[in-house]
Parts: sequence; structure tokens; C-alpha cells
Amino acid sequence: MLVFIGRRFALMVLTMVIVSLLLFILLELQPGSVATKVLGPYSSEEQRQLWLEANGYLRPLWIRYLDWLGGIVTGDFGESVRFKAPVSDVLWPRLWNTAVLAFWTFAILIPLSLTLGVLAGMREGSVLDRAISITSIITTSIPEFASAVFLSAIFVFALGILPGTSGMTDGFDPLQLILPAMVLILYDVGYVTRMTRASMAEVMMTPYIRTAVLKGLPFNRVVIRHALRNALIAPFTVIMLQVNWLLSGVIVVEFFFAYKGFGGLLLEASLNQDIFLIEACTMVAVFVAVSTQTIADIGYTYLNPRIRLA
Amino acid sequence: MTVDHATRVPTSNSTLRALGNAWRSFALLRESKIAMVGCGVISFWIVVALLAPVLAPFPPNAQVVPFQAPFAAAPDGGIFLLGTDQLGRDILSRVMWGARTVLFFAPIATFSAYVVGIVMGLAAGYLGGWVDDVLSRVSDIILSFPVLVLYIIIIATIGASGINIVIAVTFASAPGVMRIVRGLVLDLRTRNYVAAAQTRGESPWYIMLVEILPNARGPLIVDACLRVGYVIITIGVLGFLGLGLPPPDPDWGGMINEARALALAFPHMTVIPCIAISSLVLGFNLLADGIREVSLHD
Repeated sequence: MLVFIGRRFALMVLTMVIVSLLLFILLELQPGSVATKVLGPYSSEEQRQLWLEANGYLRPLWIRYLDWLGGIVTGDFGESVRFKAPVSDVLWPRLWNTAVLAFWTFAILIPLSLTLGVLAGMREGSVLDRAISITSIITTSIPEFASAVFLSAIFVFALGILPGTSGMTDGFDPLQLILPAMVLILYDVGYVTRMTRASMAEVMMTPYIRTAVLKGLPFNRVVIRHALRNALIAPFTVIMLQVNWLLSGVIVVEFFFAYKGFGGLLLEASLNQDIFLIEACTMVAVFVAVSTQTIADIGYTYLNPRIRLA
Repeated sequence: MTVDHATRVPTSNSTLRALGNAWRSFALLRESKIAMVGCGVISFWIVVALLAPVLAPFPPNAQVVPFQAPFAAAPDGGIFLLGTDQLGRDILSRVMWGARTVLFFAPIATFSAYVVGIVMGLAAGYLGGWVDDVLSRVSDIILSFPVLVLYIIIIATIGASGINIVIAVTFASAPGVMRIVRGLVLDLRTRNYVAAAQTRGESPWYIMLVEILPNARGPLIVDACLRVGYVIITIGVLGFLGLGLPPPDPDWGGMINEARALALAFPHMTVIPCIAISSLVLGFNLLADGIREVSLHD
């Protein structure tokens, strides 16, 4: 088990290193274009040359890469052009805001989708199962930006009970968190429900469940004591991998509701060619994605003794 | 099934037979209500897209009267059935023309991702060894990116245009296709008909493309339907974020982006394109679900 965890972590570090190398080559291969992005298109050739010299861009590519990587690892991401401030000063507060949004999303998403999935999967083909399955196809078919539009039209335009933007300009306001979280939950709940349902339906077909039913145990007891434990292994992985999807959804939702979070920051950085901010945001995003995948893998192995030694 | 394919040698009437098979599959599909609803929705949009020049009451970029609500009367005696946008363009006409854009780029991008993914998956699964190691590692890395981050970085770097969207979708989706194909090939390569072809001395690519690929089609068709739906969402999201096809030509995502600032005053400008895109995605998802259901019954 320790060897397995060690190998997973080594793989995670390796992935991060390769991603960082690709990102660096994509954005900083030509020092001239970096200087243009930092100093702006109207800077003179002379200014750029001076900037390149002062910031060590005349050194060979691989030394620059190692220097940059060292900065990333120690949390020094350089200076944001757009915000005229160190990237880390901009990044961490934004990341915190997104963490708050993600926390509430998961706090509602997980119990809701697991309950629906178990209810649908425990009697495959029942009316309840059909209703839940069809509903979840419909909700996963509505992209986040569309559900954001629909929900704003209902709750902001028609009913007027929720604020339409979530800029939090007068301090933290939980009301402004409701619509962004609802959009994220609505898009993800269908997928997690379907995965839970499939897993539950599979477990309900196994011989040991049939034995439990045939020996006369009450159906509720069979589901709760016998089926759930095994049925919830697969959804665990799915939920961890949802973090990756959530990052995409977060970009759309934060853009739509003007929520000052990490996704909005990444988009803003890309649209403005704010090179060091793009690099920092991408590395953070990939770090979150890769580490949740690693946790999913390790957790899955831990929860399922049958593949622990594989 | 296995024996059938082992004895079958491609003949001159193989296209006829393929057509017959397709018809039989469609007949099977008619048993699934879900698949039929999906087919209906998709056909509706295909017809709208094809007939847009005939059906659309106004030219899609013509600026008539801005901010009209649905069913408002147009100055020339017509009606803006779905209202007009902030520049006075008829929304119904733009939605119809926008169907052309999305139904043109989404299948092309998906197809391109499939070609690359299938070739990679066949090579990784059948050839194995270092080819498999390299391809699997590369796709692991691409898949470890949050997908929208990948799109934004690619499009922000190479610029927003139709062809660049196809390139970005191919780059981001091919690894997923490759994983599925690779898994299927690992199973199929041990079959007798593959051994027979190897004994006949067929080349590896002949075996991969002619013997293995046709037998891997079932799960791939389901995945392709889901993926077209997802690519439609992607094109919509890129348009919505302002990274999609350049204006003024109608694109559903772009329409939502342009009207976003006015969404709270004139919700119809954003709600209508959102309904269009959601229904089309729903069509593909229902079709995929129906196909899966039918193939499980066999």
C-alpha cells in the first residue's frame, strides 16, 4: 500500500513537471513576446531589450525554466501586469472565494446526488428510477451558462428574490452565493446521480444481496446494511473527479455572476494575456486536478480491498 | 458474432450490406422511446439549419428595430416572433442561422477528434510496448487538465476562429477517445479472427482498421453521440466567454454573450439561444442513452 501511494505521488509530481515544461515552452519560448506582453504593444525595442536583460531573459532556455520552476515551487509567481501587483497577492484571496463556493456546492451536491442515485438504483426500472434518470439526463444537457440564464430569469427577473450578480462589493453576502452554487449543483447532480445509480443497480444484482432478500430481511435493511457500503465505492471516485469538472464550471459561473473567484481570474488573465498570472493559475488548476485524481485513486484502492494489491 | 466476422471477407457488395445493417439498427432503435425523442429533436434542428435561408423571416444580420419583445410587430408588417436583440436583429432568424454554425462545427470537431483518437487508440492497444507507454502517458497528461482551462489557454494563444476551435476540441478530446478505443482493442486483439488475419500475413494497420475497428463500433457510437453533445456545449461556452466565432455571424454562445449585460432587462435575448442549445444537447444525450439501452437488450 505504501509503495502504491509512493508511486502515485511520484506520478503526480512527474505530471506536474511535464505540464509546467509544456506551459513554459508555450508561453515563454520567445523572450521577445514575453517582453511585449509585459511592457505592452507600444513599448520601444530598446525598453524591451533593457527589460529582458534586467529580468534574466538572455540566459539559456533551460536555466530560465529551472529558475521559473523554483519560483513556482516557493510561491513566487512574478508580477501581474493587469493588477500591477505580485501574482500571489491577487491569487490567494481569489482562490479562497472559489473554495467557499466549492465547499457549499459539494456540501449540497454530495448528499443530494447520493440519495437520488441510491433511490433510483435500488429498484431498477421502477417509476421512481425512470423519473430520476430522465431528470438527470435533462439537467446534464443544460450547460452551466444556460442554467445560469434560466435561473436568473426565474429568480432575479420574474420573482425578484435573489441578487443577479455576486460581486460581493459590500462584503460577504450569503444570498449572492445561492445562484452560483445552484448552477454548479444543477449541472453536476445528474452525472453523479447516474453514476451512483449504476453502481447501486450493479450491487443489487449480486448474489449476496439476493441471499439477504431471500432470507427475509426487510428491504430497507438490505439496502442500508448490505448494499450501500459497496455501492458507494464508485461514486467516491466520481465525486473526486468532479472537482476537475467543477473547475470548468466555476469559470463560467464566476464570469456570469461576476463572482471574484479563481475561475474568473483565470479567464481575465487569459483574455488580457497577463502571462505570469496565466502560468500561476494554470499550475494551481492542474495541481488541484492532479491531486484530486491521486486522492481518488488512493481512496478507491483503500475502500475496495479486492484491488488493493493489484 | 465472432465466427461471422472471421469467415466474412470484404466483398464488392459490402456497402449494400452496411446499408442493410444500418437499416436494421435503426429498426431496433425504434423500440426505444428515448432514442426516438432524441432523433426527433436532432432532426428538427438539422431541418431548421438546412432550411434557414428559406424559413428565417429576416436576414440574420439585418438591424431593424432594437429591444423588441417576442410577438412585436415589425415595421414592414411582419412579426418578430421571438423579439429582437440590442442591435435590432430578429432573434428567431439568428437562432435559425446559428443552428447552421453549431451543426457544422460540432460534428466536424468531433469527427476530427475521433480520427486522431481512433488512430492513437488502435496503435496503443494493438502495437503495445513503447508506443502504448508514450501515447498513454501523453493522454494522461492532457486529460489531467481541467478541460475548459485547456480550451481557454489554446484559444487565447492561437486566436478564436472556426478552425482553431476544431483544433482545440481535437486536442482536448482525442485522448478520451483514445482511452476507450485502447480498452476495446486490448479485449478484441485476442479474438480468433485477429489471429486468423495475422496468420494470413495481413499488415498490422489492415488488421487494426478492417478486423478490429468495425467490431469496436458499439461503445464508440454511444460515446460519439455524447461527445457531439459535449462539443456543442463547448462551442457554446467558448462563444459565451467571448472566445468563440468572431461576430457578427450568428452563433448561439455569442448571442448569449452579447446580450448578457441586458439579461435582467430583456431576458428573452439570452433565454432563447439557451433553450436552443440545451434542446440540441438534450437530443444527442437522449439518443446516446437510447442506443445504450437498446444495445444492452441484445
